[in-house]
Amino acid sequence: MTDWRQERTAREARLERARRHADGKVVPAARVVDLLEAILQPGDRVCLEGDNQKQADCLARGLSACDPARVHDLHMVQSGIVLPEHLDIFEQGIARRLDYSYSGPQGARIAKMLYGGQIELGAVHTYLELFARYFIDLTPNVALIAGVSADREGNLYTGPNTEDTPTVVEATAFKNGVVVAQVNEIVDRVPRVDIPGDRIDFVVEADKPFYVEPLFTRDPAAVTETQILMAMMAIKGIYAEYGIRRLNHGIGFGTAAIELLLPTYAERLGLKGKIATHWALNPHPSLIPAIESGWVSQIHCFGSEVGMDNYIRARPDVFFTGSDGSLRSNRAFCQTAGLYACDLFIGSTLQIDLQGHSSTVTTNRVAGFGGAPNMGSDPHGRRHPSDTWMKAGREAGGTGDPALRRGRKLVVQLVETFGDKLVPAFVERLDALELARKLNLELAPVMVYADDVTHIVTEEGIANLLLCRTLDEREQAIRGVAGYTEVGRGRDHAEVERLRARGVIRRPEDLGIEPLDADRSLLAARSIKDLVHWSGGLYEPPAKFRNW
Amino acid sequence: METLTFRYATTQTLPGSRPSAITGVVASGNLEVLLERNAPPGECRVEIDTAINGYGDVWAAVVADFVARRQPGGLTITINDGGARPDTVSLRLAQGARLMEAS
Repeated sequence: MTDWRQERTAREARLERARRHADGKVVPAARVVDLLEAILQPGDRVCLEGDNQKQADCLARGLSACDPARVHDLHMVQSGIVLPEHLDIFEQGIARRLDYSYSGPQGARIAKMLYGGQIELGAVHTYLELFARYFIDLTPNVALIAGVSADREGNLYTGPNTEDTPTVVEATAFKNGVVVAQVNEIVDRVPRVDIPGDRIDFVVEADKPFYVEPLFTRDPAAVTETQILMAMMAIKGIYAEYGIRRLNHGIGFGTAAIELLLPTYAERLGLKGKIATHWALNPHPSLIPAIESGWVSQIHCFGSEVGMDNYIRARPDVFFTGSDGSLRSNRAFCQTAGLYACDLFIGSTLQIDLQGHSSTVTTNRVAGFGGAPNMGSDPHGRRHPSDTWMKAGREAGGTGDPALRRGRKLVVQLVETFGDKLVPAFVERLDALELARKLNLELAPVMVYADDVTHIVTEEGIANLLLCRTLDEREQAIRGVAGYTEVGRGRDHAEVERLRARGVIRRPEDLGIEPLDADRSLLAARSIKDLVHWSGGLYEPPAKFRNW
Repeated sequence: METLTFRYATTQTLPGSRPSAITGVVASGNLEVLLERNAPPGECRVEIDTAINGYGDVWAAVVADFVARRQPGGLTITINDGGARPDTVSLRLAQGARLMEAS
């Protein structure tokens, strides 16, 4: 007779071993290691919740304190490699294989460990792609997650940083897995139920509140005039040109500059209500002036941002909030929104090659991807038209009945030609190819593929790649905005001028942009303190951004 | 410290009547540009004092592009550079030319 319930039986055995360390579902922080050693088995697939922002840090410390003789060869499947413990466990032999998305804060160390063979890499995914695999071939056996509070039944309040939690729990709890949640406090009644208690097996009252990375705070004081110039070009040459209302922004200073120019420069151009009204975006503090000036209709968030909670509570017409009043974010839904319901993605990168492939992998840093490859791609499953999408589709050309030609998502790379320490952003060959060669990867970690990117904006101008008809044109269009990098200086000047005459390349002067406007006085807020003022005192910046 | 001097023939004289203008500051990653209307009409002279050696060819390319785009005939331009990136140099030069064009 076939036993159809082997996974259930195994799950029961894990729970049985673990229960002796718990009082009902509640486990004291001091017993975390015992709990994890009782639940985990060698070779388990484990999601140790490391999101873009929220970190299950108490459980991470616990896992890293487990005995490698008992807990070893784990296969980690989590979106963020953020904390040192996320990599310590590979050095300790507790974990062996890794499938993940983003590793910004650990980019240098993960590169070393990958090159050193300490991590067996499955793949670097985009968020939505990893979440998808949770339900197909990377279903966790055990999920170690984080929330703000729980009751004794396990009903969980995730707080404003819901992020990946519902997705991770869904995949684990409904496929015979075990879910352990760390919370900041056990309460009699949670403010709202983000995850029902029957999906949570154990609740650990953490020794300290979980760590949240303030990833989306850009101090306006650090925005440069070059970034302001580029932001003006993006607003006038792309946002206004295509009438972009539904969009997602990356996290760099360039896009922060755009946010800070909406109530000033874009307002002067008469664009209010015509652009940037509907967003898939974390609650960026730099968007506060635009929100307060009535530019923004609504924002759905992947996660929250440190210090923004009270501001969000006071603006429920703009943000998605729960019955308790606090933000409800959801990374999987927001990524889906960014993919299918936004007409533009704009973000930065570290390297762009001559075809327009881009990557954030450099020789000594592997930062992973996060959401960019998803939102920075043209979704072939999209079926609803918008003026923006259709216009981009027409520019891309094609033949046949216009009613059978799909539109195009606008995917814009906003890059300064030189990055930190005069490192050029334009290269003949991506470092990602070298990484792939060294690690024997079949596929190089490319962030945005050349056939998805539609525009490149640098301080020198805008290259509209939709209008390029040959590979040569494309290369010259890219060289034509690559400034004084070697790639830029290798341009064919006559061909670049021809592309400029056709509007494939547009310079600031072609767009009627006044260089004297590229001044910090054009920013709606010039400091974090200005943002606090704009918010009426509701925004509470983290200490490291306070200098008054 | 390195001093570079360039001299260009231009097809036009920069419009406007302002005798001089100054933009930017000498600071790390920034530069100060002084523009004076005291060169012959079809000529532009540029003198650069830079804190960083070895970028002469990049300076030559940046200044040549500026001259080609703006045709700043009649100007002497003196630059005190604190290690600015080429994009900052281009922006400052463009801003300086616009200041000089004001009546």
